[in-house]
Amino acid sequence: MTATPVSPYQGRPGGENVFARITENVARIAEAPRPPPAWYVAFGISVALLLIFISNLALVAWFGVGLWGTMHPVAWGFPIVNFVFWIGIGHAGTLISAILYLLRQDWRTAISRFAEAMTVFALVCAVVFPGIHVGRPWVSYWMLPYPNQMGMWPQFRSPLEWDLFAVGTYATVSVMFWYLGMVPDFATLRNRAAGPVRRVAYGIAAMGWRGSSRQWHRYERAYLLLAALATPLVLSVHSVVAFDFATSQLPGWHSTIFPPYFVAGAIFGGFAMVVTLVVPARQFFGLASLIQIRHLELMNKIILATGMLVGYAYAMEFFIAWYSGVTFEQFAFVNRAFGPYAWAYWTMILCNLAAPQVFWWKAARTNVWVSLAVGIIVNVGMWFERFVIICTSLSRDFLPSSWGYFVPTAYDYLTLAGSFGLFFTLFLLFCRYLPMVAMAEVKATQPSARVR
Amino acid sequence: MTVHDEPPPRIVAPSAPVLHGLLAEYDDAATLLAAARRVREAGLERWDTFTPFPVHGIDQAMGIRSTVLPWLVFAAGVTGCLVGLLLQYWTNAVDYAWIVSGKPFWSLPANVPIAFALAVLSSALTAFFGMLVLNNLPHPWHPIDLEKRFARSTIDRFFLLIEAADPRFDSVQTRAILDETGPVLVDVVHEDTASPFRTPRAVIHGLVVLLVAALVPFGLLAQARATKSRTPPIHLVRDMDAQPTVKAQQAFPRFADGRGARPAVGGTVAREDQLDEHLTRGTIRGAASRVFPPTVAADRANMGAGRRAFDTYCVPCHGYVGNGDGMVAQRAEALAQGIWVPPTNLNQDHLRRQPVGQLFLSVSDGIRTMPAYGPLVPIEDRWRIIMYVRALQRRSSATIADVPAAERKALE
Ligand code: HEC
Repeated sequence: MTATPVSPYQGRPGGENVFARITENVARIAEAPRPPPAWYVAFGISVALLLIFISNLALVAWFGVGLWGTMHPVAWGFPIVNFVFWIGIGHAGTLISAILYLLRQDWRTAISRFAEAMTVFALVCAVVFPGIHVGRPWVSYWMLPYPNQMGMWPQFRSPLEWDLFAVGTYATVSVMFWYLGMVPDFATLRNRAAGPVRRVAYGIAAMGWRGSSRQWHRYERAYLLLAALATPLVLSVHSVVAFDFATSQLPGWHSTIFPPYFVAGAIFGGFAMVVTLVVPARQFFGLASLIQIRHLELMNKIILATGMLVGYAYAMEFFIAWYSGVTFEQFAFVNRAFGPYAWAYWTMILCNLAAPQVFWWKAARTNVWVSLAVGIIVNVGMWFERFVIICTSLSRDFLPSSWGYFVPTAYDYLTLAGSFGLFFTLFLLFCRYLPMVAMAEVKATQPSARVR
Repeated sequence: MTVHDEPPPRIVAPSAPVLHGLLAEYDDAATLLAAARRVREAGLERWDTFTPFPVHGIDQAMGIRSTVLPWLVFAAGVTGCLVGLLLQYWTNAVDYAWIVSGKPFWSLPANVPIAFALAVLSSALTAFFGMLVLNNLPHPWHPIDLEKRFARSTIDRFFLLIEAADPRFDSVQTRAILDETGPVLVDVVHEDTASPFRTPRAVIHGLVVLLVAALVPFGLLAQARATKSRTPPIHLVRDMDAQPTVKAQQAFPRFADGRGARPAVGGTVAREDQLDEHLTRGTIRGAASRVFPPTVAADRANMGAGRRAFDTYCVPCHGYVGNGDGMVAQRAEALAQGIWVPPTNLNQDHLRRQPVGQLFLSVSDGIRTMPAYGPLVPIEDRWRIIMYVRALQRRSSATIADVPAAERKALE
């Protein structure tokens, strides 16, 4: 390796073999002295939003939840909408990294690291919301079972308590899975590191990984086990989130279709988010040779398929409302589509059902910008889906005298926008300093790696 | 301090390098695989290969035995599940029995999600940390790190290391074996005797002091719990201890109108002031009405609708003609549990004489063991059902005199 780089993002020579080329392609991004200018712009915006987020959280902690529009009867306003939204985003990451791993879908290697990082960061955003929604975040630990002077224990038959355990487990497992996957890549970065700071930092992260075959053997087993554990876990987490709704008596929530419907929606929204993140990362960091159009197309097909599943669930809810003969249920759904929140409902339908239909055409599926646009639209739609489920149902319950209309305040909007700041700040730092693509895994799927 | 006081530069005794092993480098996985087979055949034991990615088939080539990790994970999963169940049983059914809507204290289905989550959590933690422990990680220093070329082991090269500690190691013969396997290079690796980096003493002392200091708060907490004090507790967060409250029927300046009592929400009526007493409660000036409300006319359409609603909502218990022999009733009789209150036969005399308003009220609010249908069936439909019940009652006690004269002929 002798030639000097023209620009750290295009020029460095590939290396003498395919493995060196893959390493070079990914590692140079973390090693480049300076990221591309677009990165600075994005990072600046994200950090600004993050500061807004932090200050809003501080204001709510200080003055109380009265700053939000959340008020009876809509006691679950924005914080829970955002919680369900972010937790759903995470699911595609686990799906790609665990389920597709078990199904031996090699194409996942190109995007799995992204998706896992996305899962972890989305979870960070998600857990903030129930934490502040309780109103007094400093006593959130009351939800945990610990012996206390009140002599009380949590109510383990409550879905909200299930949520704590399910989401807590999911966050722990996702972080371990993500980190475990990165250990060999950290070792690569450590071995290539130019200065002592990088060498020590990546060295600590790599924990002294040297790629011994005896270690690889246990490593692969552990990875497989984590994948096998994460698979039922990811399906259960969103089912438990759905139980928060389905086990209540509220028309519009009280329905057995919720768990599978939520899981399908989560995968749908999560894949849309992966596309939203992968397309710019691929364009700005020049990863086109690793994250190919083929991968994008496969993801778009999944978006199309899960979008139809979600559409089926929407239709089924109406059918069951009619078929059950329960007038409250019927009212809840007619109200959903034609009541005061009709604007939100039809936004959701347009974004989630209509937009992905362009993917029937190959030209649309394989076009990065169309994919990016649909990805963003679907994310908007999925946010509205949670808004529609929560707000239409709560604002019109059994007692007309307590009907209401939820109007978010500026704090609600700023907190929502701020959570994107948190997400993208973490994500941009990830793009800058961590191995963006699972190098070891991509190498293992190369033809020259398959020997006997 | 003068220049003369400076200690003479320490001279490190040039100790003879201690041999750690032999390191062979290969430029593709296939050669490494063949080399691994060869080394294994030679009967060597303390050796390993290093690859940038998991090479498939190397486990068999090297004779690596399957790890116990899956069994550890399985055991951890079972333990986690049992701990989860026990935790919920002990806390919610024994130590602090939660009364929730009259449900049993110990109800397994409701405890599944948490038992499952804990099973997954403990097995995942075991998979992760078990792998680290079994793999002897973190492992910061290793003699092969001194070998510059070895840096490529995580990039694109494949290495094989035979340790000198192996009982069959022989620097000449072992090297010959390696040379046969087609390596790019075979190198000698020395023990790391003069590594510049050793954890300084000060750091270790500092850590010990920190550790001891970290115990102090716990000591103070324990002391506070064990002793009594007359000073009130420090109240960092006021929570809701001090807040304005509304006393019933008193003035309250926080509301715009200054009154504590709030007026009814606009556009609503209290449950008692019904707008149309006859239609909604079936009464006229408090007495059960004997006629149908004017909005529900006795015509064919209403009767048909009444029949449809009756067939939907009432038939399962009261049966098609209202004799109290619906499927639910039949099934309950067959079970013979002794607690069943049979649905009333609607064709009895006292019900036939009952004012329609009272029948309407029984259906709307429920009566004794029969649930209320008011919340489920729209108000007009309830009246139509009563109309149809009346028709059923007429049917059950009909005589030839009830048949219109014109059609009597056909029957006779
Ligand atoms: C779940 C079974 C069930 C259904 C469905 C049901 N009932 Fe009943 N009904 C009963 C039982 C049981 C009683 C007797 C209650 C008792 O004596 O405790 C009863 C009693 C009655 C009575 C007698 C009231 C009195 O004054 O004694 C009337 C009238 C009646 N039902 C009408 C109806 C109508 C009309 C419907 C359809 C809207 C209906 N029921 C649906 C179970 C049912």
